[in-house]
Amino acid sequence: MNVQEVIRSIEAEQLKDDLPVIHVGDTVKVGVVIQEGGKERVQPYEGTVIAMRNGGINQTITVRRIFQGVGVERVFLVHSPRVASIKVLRRGKARRAKLYYLRDRVGKATRLKQRFDRPL
Amino acid sequence: MTQIFDETGVAIPVTVIQAGPCTVTQIKTEQTDGYSAVQVGYGEVSAKALNKPELGHLAKSEAPPLRHLQEYRLDNTGEFELGQQIKADAFEVGQVVDVIGTSIGRGFAGYQKRHNFKRGPMAHGSKNHRLPGSTGAGTTPGRVYPGKRMAGQLGNARVTVRKLKVVRVDADRNLLLIKGAVPGKPGALLNIVPAKVVGQKK
Repeated sequence: MNVQEVIRSIEAEQLKDDLPVIHVGDTVKVGVVIQEGGKERVQPYEGTVIAMRNGGINQTITVRRIFQGVGVERVFLVHSPRVASIKVLRRGKARRAKLYYLRDRVGKATRLKQRFDRPL
Repeated sequence: MTQIFDETGVAIPVTVIQAGPCTVTQIKTEQTDGYSAVQVGYGEVSAKALNKPELGHLAKSEAPPLRHLQEYRLDNTGEFELGQQIKADAFEVGQVVDVIGTSIGRGFAGYQKRHNFKRGPMAHGSKNHRLPGSTGAGTTPGRVYPGKRMAGQLGNARVTVRKLKVVRVDADRNLLLIKGAVPGKPGALLNIVPAKVVGQKK
């Protein structure tokens, strides 16, 4: 077994195989595991995927939402056990890989067109 | 390197290290050598890769032809015997170790790369781009002080990374997962020892 195979086999134990297909521009609902005083609960976080980074076990998505008038961006390691679930709510149409331009927009301008050719 | 998730879901960056199997090739004792230590060999090669003195030395412990030999000073060598196999399970999860290796060689490097000097302005008529500037005062002292940082060989030197934590031990495949980065390129030889903590007796 060579080095790459060994590392891949270690990562394979932790990779999730039930993840939905996520694209940049999609609106997703992420279930985040939160620990509060010894108790665990799942808190949903909903927003638009504005960036993805593919890297096997290091794969991340950046989810942006406007919360109480303030833009909030969270980066999720999608294979982390802290991310209990990811659900795609809406497929958005984006013409670029990183939607950082949404940071400069407010209100109605932050909307993305919905696309219907991809299944949810 | 890769990363794994612990029980609480925190991502830990780890280096995967093939640790063994090593063979005890010689046991040095106070009576015969003046100090006590064990010599350990690693890296099986074909017999023609070694010369006869090396093969003869290894034949004493009935070890296969091994490329690398490394000695470890011990107070008590009683638990080791010639030809014994040392595997990754010599370490335990949570143990703090020092990892010794050879850092990546960068050749003859200049001031910016080797000592993080600032560079000069690249434009506005400046002719000082990557030069060192002054190396000291003039007639007094009339020499450059020893230890003045200058260009030279960077890397390819023995480096110890101290106090790294063993995250996981895979005894079947002889793998160690150690938190953090270790010296050298992938495939390089490493020397892993229990951490030496200053001011703490063994």
